[in-house]
Amino acid sequence: MVKRIVVGAHYGSRDWLVQRVTAVIMAVYAVVAVYVLNFGLPVNYPVWRDLFAQGWMRVATLLFALSLAWHAWVGMRDVVMDYVKPDGPRLTLQVLILLALACYVGWAIQILWR
Amino acid sequence: MAQAPASTAKPRPKYLSLRALIFEIRMPLSAWVSILHRASGILLFAAMVWLLYLLDRSLSSEAGFDAIRAYLGFRSVKLALLVLAWAFLHHFCAGIRYLLLDLHKGVDLKASRVSSFVVLAVSLLLTVLVGVRIW
Repeated sequence: MVKRIVVGAHYGSRDWLVQRVTAVIMAVYAVVAVYVLNFGLPVNYPVWRDLFAQGWMRVATLLFALSLAWHAWVGMRDVVMDYVKPDGPRLTLQVLILLALACYVGWAIQILWR
Repeated sequence: MAQAPASTAKPRPKYLSLRALIFEIRMPLSAWVSILHRASGILLFAAMVWLLYLLDRSLSSEAGFDAIRAYLGFRSVKLALLVLAWAFLHHFCAGIRYLLLDLHKGVDLKASRVSSFVVLAVSLLLTVLVGVRIW
């Protein structure tokens, strides 16, 4: 039995699981997207616009964007925790990463539901 | 547990410089897969803003789409896309390897070496295919 010292709000098993679930969601989306764009449709503006005008595509892409943001947060947080030791710069970087990801999700929603 | 004599006790953990990691010790392939998985993840995070811009502009209007298509025709832009394609493909392949390792598939030494090689080779091969496709 590992005797843990309790630091922070939780142990990280949720993040571990989230990183893997979001990875699977993104992998499925990516494989389908690459297949459709390579072997399905000729890519010109009307096709491109109509593809993203469909409800299922918007929802699937939003799911991808949310998965990406959460996945990237866990990964970048790990990177920051590994290499940036002082509390001040670490917290600052983590907040900046979170803000950037939140902006990206907002931007993605704006792009999808124009 | 018996305490090791002071003369043989080594300071642990031992931190190696980047120079030592690259030139002095021979890391197993799985270490390279791991390091590149992290590096490619950071690269993809950094590129997100650019990729979102491309998506935004290409969906904004016919003129925007044409502008992006012309922009993607530049050699430097294609090269940047190729680097990102490699980053994505490596991250993707290495990620699948880690998911399998989580399920205790391929954890013994031989299988781990083989799968590391497969990840590095397949992601490079697919990157070449992407390069052929966009040039």
